[in-house]
Amino acid sequence: MNAPTQRPSLEVRGLHKHFGTFHALKGVDISVEHSELVFVLGPSGSGKSTMLRCCNRLEEPDAGDIFLEGDPVTGKGVDLNAIRQRIGMVFQSFNLYPHLSARRNVTLALRKVLGQSRDEADARAMAALEQVGLADKSENLPAALSGGQQQRVAIARALALEPQVMLFDEPTSALDPELVGDVLAVMRELKETGMTMLVVSHEMQFAREAADRVIIMDDGQIVEQGSPERIFENPNHARTRSFLSRVTGGA
Amino acid sequence: METEALSGLERFAQTFLNWEVLVKYAPSILAGVGVTVWLSVLIILVGMTLGTLLACLRAYRVGPLSFLIVVFADVFRALPPLVVILLVFFGLPNAGIYLSAFMVLFVVLTLILAAFAEEILWAGITSVDKGQWEAARSTGLGFTQTLGYVILPQAMRLAIPPLTNRAIAITKMTALGTVIGVPDILNQATTAQSFSGNASPLLLAALAYVLLFLPFVIMSRWLERRYSWKKA
Ligand SMILES: Nc1ncnc2c1ncn2[C@@H]1O[C@H](COP(=O)(O)OP(=O)(O)OP(=O)(O)O)[C@@H](O)[C@H]1O
Ligand SMILES: [Mg+2]
Repeated sequence: MNAPTQRPSLEVRGLHKHFGTFHALKGVDISVEHSELVFVLGPSGSGKSTMLRCCNRLEEPDAGDIFLEGDPVTGKGVDLNAIRQRIGMVFQSFNLYPHLSARRNVTLALRKVLGQSRDEADARAMAALEQVGLADKSENLPAALSGGQQQRVAIARALALEPQVMLFDEPTSALDPELVGDVLAVMRELKETGMTMLVVSHEMQFAREAADRVIIMDDGQIVEQGSPERIFENPNHARTRSFLSRVTGGA
Repeated sequence: METEALSGLERFAQTFLNWEVLVKYAPSILAGVGVTVWLSVLIILVGMTLGTLLACLRAYRVGPLSFLIVVFADVFRALPPLVVILLVFFGLPNAGIYLSAFMVLFVVLTLILAAFAEEILWAGITSVDKGQWEAARSTGLGFTQTLGYVILPQAMRLAIPPLTNRAIAITKMTALGTVIGVPDILNQATTAQSFSGNASPLLLAALAYVLLFLPFVIMSRWLERRYSWKKA
C-alpha cells in the first residue's frame, strides 16, 4: 500500500502510563498507516481512552515514543500546539463550545491557531459543515442541535484543521440509537476521502464494514490485532473471545 | 380628631416634602449624584477588570501567585468596608501618603469589588466542564487562548447575576464616603438636612439612589439575556 521506506502516519512505541500506583498502559505499540482506519476494542478500563489521549498528549505518557508523520509528538522541545493542530480529536461528550454557533465552533481554531481571516475561516467552516451535512445549521447554538448533529459539528471542527490523523473516543456512545447512524455515515465518508483514523468504539457492525484493522486491548496491553474478519470470526486469544462474546451477547 | 389628623399629615409633608427646601438644595444633591455616579462607574470598571484579571491569573495555578490572590480576596471580603476606609483615610497620612477622600473611597471600594469579582469568576472558571479545555487544546489553542475564548465567556455567563448584585452593593457603599467627607449624594443630603432642619433633602437623596439603580437593573437584565444560552 505504501512505499516501504515511508513511515506510518501515527506511530506509538512502548507507551506506558501510570495513574498514581495504577499501571494503566503497560507498553502499547500501535502504528496506523496512511488512510488506514484502525479500530480499538476492549473492556471498560482497559486503557483505550488513555492510549488515545496520550496520542495528542491530553494525557502525559510516562514512557514511550509517539510520532506523527515521523515527527516526534513526545519529548522535550515539541511544539505541542503545532502538533495538536495536526491531530483531530472527537470526544464521546462532543464538547462543543456552548456559547458559539456551529460555524463559530469550527472557525475558532482556524482564526486563532491558523491565523486565517474571517472570510477564509468562514468558507472553510462552511465546507466542513457541508461535509458533515449540517451547512443549514451553521448558525445554531449547540443547544439547538440534536446529539448526533452536535457530534457531526465536533467532527467538522476537527476536520476543518485538515489533520493528518483523527482520533475518535467512543463518538457514538452518548447518542440515542437512532442518531448513531448519521455519525457513522460521516465517519465512513471520511474514510473514503482517505483520512487516517484511530477509532475507539463499541460499534461492531461499523468495525466489520469500515475498519482495516481491529486491535483488542485489555488491562493496558494489546491482546491481539488483525483484520476484522479474522478477529471476529477466528480470534486467537481466550481474552478476545470472552470479550467479544460479552459485547455481542454471546452470538 | 379630624383636624389633629390633618395637622399630622401636614407636619409629615412639611418634614419630608418641603417644596422650598427641595428647590433650594436640589442643585447640591444633583452635584452629589454626579460624584456618586462618577465614583461608581470608576469603581465598577476598574474593580471588575482587576477581579477578572486576578481570576485569570489564578487559573494558571502558579502556587505562590494563587496563594497571594486568595489572601487578597479573603482579607478584603472579610473586613467591613467602613473599617478599611477609616484605616486607609486616617492611617496612610501617618505613613506620609496623602490621598484625597475621593481617592481613598475609590481605591478601597475598587479593591473590595475586585476581591468579590475574583471569587465569583474563579467559581465560574472552575465550574466549566474539563471537556471544554480538552476540546479547545486538542485543536491547538494555547492555554491563554482557551481561557479567553472558551472558558471565560462561559464563566462570565454564570457570574453575571452575582456580579451584578455585587456591583449594586458596592455602589451603595459609596454612601460610606460621607464619613470621610466625600461630597456624594448622602453627604450633600445630610448637610442640607442639618442646614435646613428639614428632612426633605434626605427623601430627595433616596429618590436619587432609586433612579441611579434603575439603569443597573435594566443593564443586568440585558446582560443576562445576552449571556443566556441553554446548556448543550
Ligand atoms: N485521570 C485518571 N486518574 C486516575 N485513574 C485514571 C484516570 N484516567 C483513567 N484512569 C484509570 O485508568 C484505567 C483506564 O482508563 P481508560 O479511560 O483509558 O479506560 P477505557 O478503556 O477508555 O474504558 P471505557 O471503555 O470505560 O471508556 C481505568 O482503570 C481508569 O480508572
Ligand atoms: Mg474510554
